[in-house]
Formats: sequence, C-alpha cells, structure tokens
Amino acid sequence: MTWATTAGMGPPTIATGHEGMLTEFVVNGRPVQLRLDPRRHLADVLRQDLGLVATHLGCEHGVCGSCTVRVDGDLVRSCLMLGVQADGTRVETVEGLAGPDHLHPVQQGFAREHGLQCGFCTPGFLMATLDLLERTPHPTDEEIREHLSGNICRCTGYVNIVKAVRWAAEHMPAGDDG
Amino acid sequence: MKAASFAYLRPADLDSALDALAEHGEEAKVLAGGQSLVPMLNLRLARPGVLVDINRIGLDEIALDGDVLVLGGLVRHVALERDPVVAREAPLLARAAPLIGHAAIRNRGTVAGSLAHADPAAELGAVALALDAVVVARSAGGERAIPATELFESPFSTTLRPDELITAVRFPRHGSWACAYQEMAIRAGDFAVAGAAVVLRLADGERVGEARIALSGVAGVPVRATEAEAVLTGAPLDEEHVAAAARAAADAARPSGDVHGSADYRRHLAGVLTRRALLDAARGGP
Repeated sequence: MTWATTAGMGPPTIATGHEGMLTEFVVNGRPVQLRLDPRRHLADVLRQDLGLVATHLGCEHGVCGSCTVRVDGDLVRSCLMLGVQADGTRVETVEGLAGPDHLHPVQQGFAREHGLQCGFCTPGFLMATLDLLERTPHPTDEEIREHLSGNICRCTGYVNIVKAVRWAAEHMPAGDDG
Repeated sequence: MKAASFAYLRPADLDSALDALAEHGEEAKVLAGGQSLVPMLNLRLARPGVLVDINRIGLDEIALDGDVLVLGGLVRHVALERDPVVAREAPLLARAAPLIGHAAIRNRGTVAGSLAHADPAAELGAVALALDAVVVARSAGGERAIPATELFESPFSTTLRPDELITAVRFPRHGSWACAYQEMAIRAGDFAVAGAAVVLRLADGERVGEARIALSGVAGVPVRATEAEAVLTGAPLDEEHVAAAARAAADAARPSGDVHGSADYRRHLAGVLTRRALLDAARGGP
C-alpha cells in the first residue's frame, strides 16, 4: 500500500487526536508547520494556532461565508476544510490584503462606500471580492451579486456592498493579482 | 460545534483507498469535497470512526469515451462550469453547475460526492437521471456499473456499499440535444425546494424526437417524469403540449412537505419548473 507520507510521520499516514499530524502550508506568503488534530477545521487552525483571527466563524457549517479564504487561489469555506487538508497548499486570508501603510483597494472600497456596519461578515466578503475582481476585473452588478451570493450580511442590505465592489473594481491596479 | 474525533486516513492512490474502505467498512466515511460531510461532522450529525480522505488519489480527469463523457470520481463542480469539453458535449451539466451552492462550495464539492450524498433536492441527481448516467463503483473486490435509475434508494441513501467508491460517472454525450435546468430556491445558491432537468432531441426542427424529464425535491429521490416525456414524444413543442407535459410532471411528483414548502407547493413547482425548462430548452437558453 502506498500512503501519503509527511515528514516526521512514517507511513501509514494515520493520525489521531493525541499525536497530531504534521501539516505544512504557506499562509499569506509565510511557511508554517503545525501538528494538528485532524478533526479541527482550517478556520480554527488559522485563528487559534496561527493567531489569524480576522477570519471569522459565523455558522460553522458552510452557510454564512464569513470564514471564506483562498486555498491555492480558489475560494474555500475554511470551516468546511480540515486543517490537515491544507498540507502543501497556499492559503490566503484577509490579513494578507493590506500593505504596510495602505489598505488594499478592496478594503478601501468597503470603507468608503460603507459596505459594512458591524463588520463580522466583512472578511469573507473581502476575500470573495478579491477573487471576483481578479477573475472578472469589470463585473456587472449581476456578476457581483452572483459571486458574493455565498456570503451573508445581516446589516447592510447588500446595496452598499455592491457599491464597494464597484469602487474597488475601478481602483484595482491593472494586473494586480493580490 | 466541533467534529468528534476520528482516525484520518489519507491514501495516495486508489488501491490504498479501497483497502482502507475494505478494512473499515461501516465505520468509515469517504471525504471528497466535504461540502456536505464536514457540516454534518461539525454538527455531529455524522460521527464516523474513520475518515478516508480521497483528495490525493487523482481521479480528476474529464475524458471522452465514445458516446460518453466520463467524469473522474473527484471532478469538482467548478470544472463543469469551466471545462469546454463539458460545455460542448454535456451542456446540461454546464447549465446545472452554476446552480449548485455558491462559488466556494463549487470549488470543493465533487460530482460523485453529490450523487453519493443523495440529497433529493440536489441538481446532479436529477441531471444524472435525465441523462441515464451510469455510476462506476469500485471496491477492493471489483468494479460494477450502477445506472442512475438504480442508485438512489431513499433520501441520503444509495445502493452503494460501504466499501465502494465512485471512481467515475459516465454521462451520455448530448451536445446536439436541447437541454435546460430550472429550479426554485428560497435564496440563490441554497438547496432548491424543487428543480426540473429537461433534455430534448428535436427530430425535425419543431417536433420532439425524444424527451427526458427528471425532477428534484419532489420525492424522496429524484424522479423521472415518464408520463410527461410520453406526452411530448412525437409532438410539436407548442403551448398545448408543454402545458400537458407540465401537468403530467406535477402528477409524477410524490412530495412531502417541510418548512421550505408544502407538498402541494412542491407539486405545483414540478409543473411550473418543467414548463420553464421546456421553454428554455426550446430557446436554447439556460
């Protein structure tokens, strides 16, 4: 039998809560190495083990979209992916958006157009918006609503969120891939 | 809620995955895209002793085999939206795909996983039934082909054995057929209350040579509306026959009511959605 082998653990790759499973991935450009209980989802790993608490957990069963991050360039609900499944991947969270002295255009758009009130859902919306604008730099309102349909906001009524995405679309640097 | 503890197995090839399922059988669950299983783990609706993660065993190819489009067992929904071969050879899949969940769900969820999960409201169950798709199930003991008509047993239950894995789903090519998928969901991207998949071969422009209609969300399993198909076969796709087919589709529904819709409402939807899908298909629209 052939099993995935990860450094520090001999085959077979089986892990229980006690020993943990060695998991390595890159988050916002930074390589990390963790020993994880397989039952823990990626959102908890990001928040509790790596201190990346900007990724929010709303419903924890894949409905609200607050925990949306990108894994290998694709939007993923981090409550529906196990931390150990991130092994070998590249993870992007909302902490990676801003530069040292400026907010990302997507963040600026939400701030300027009041695309948030309480802000709980905002990290997921920012990641979904980033993903949309990198794939579709000049989206229609319909495309904006469709791409953000997996994210629930209970404050804004979405109108200002759509405006925020429009603002960001106009101010994304050409060829910026995040 | 957090998932209960489980042993996590991550085989690197198909044989190892099948060995793991052979060994752990009833207490194992297959983790593919995880978009239905992980919520159930988080809510502790499912508490498997062993999780067999098949995400690293390949099976993600899309290929043509004669008259059939073959989707590997790990092909994700997003591929149905983007793959040009799917769009050309199996357009019903391409049309139904954007209705499955949301972008982040489609990036992870798999076609085979959706069929194995057997949610009666899922788009792909009705699509598989309308197209007479065949599921290829493999175990350490061998391989068998399960027609979609024999796959679904009851809500969330299939005829797959615990030691079997779907390695491929075979969809007959239907690029020259007219097709459409229509559904009614409370909120875009949510599981639908009901849906209708339609595939039509138009014989001489106007007349229907063959019709396939399957419904989701109106019974414990996806159902074929065979009476509605019979109404259309050989008939022109005019107002009268579309209305008659819609009535027959509503009669094929065996719904039970829940918080999202009463039985009567679902039966009504079966007719309305069948009508809309027929008109869409005739127009060559979505």
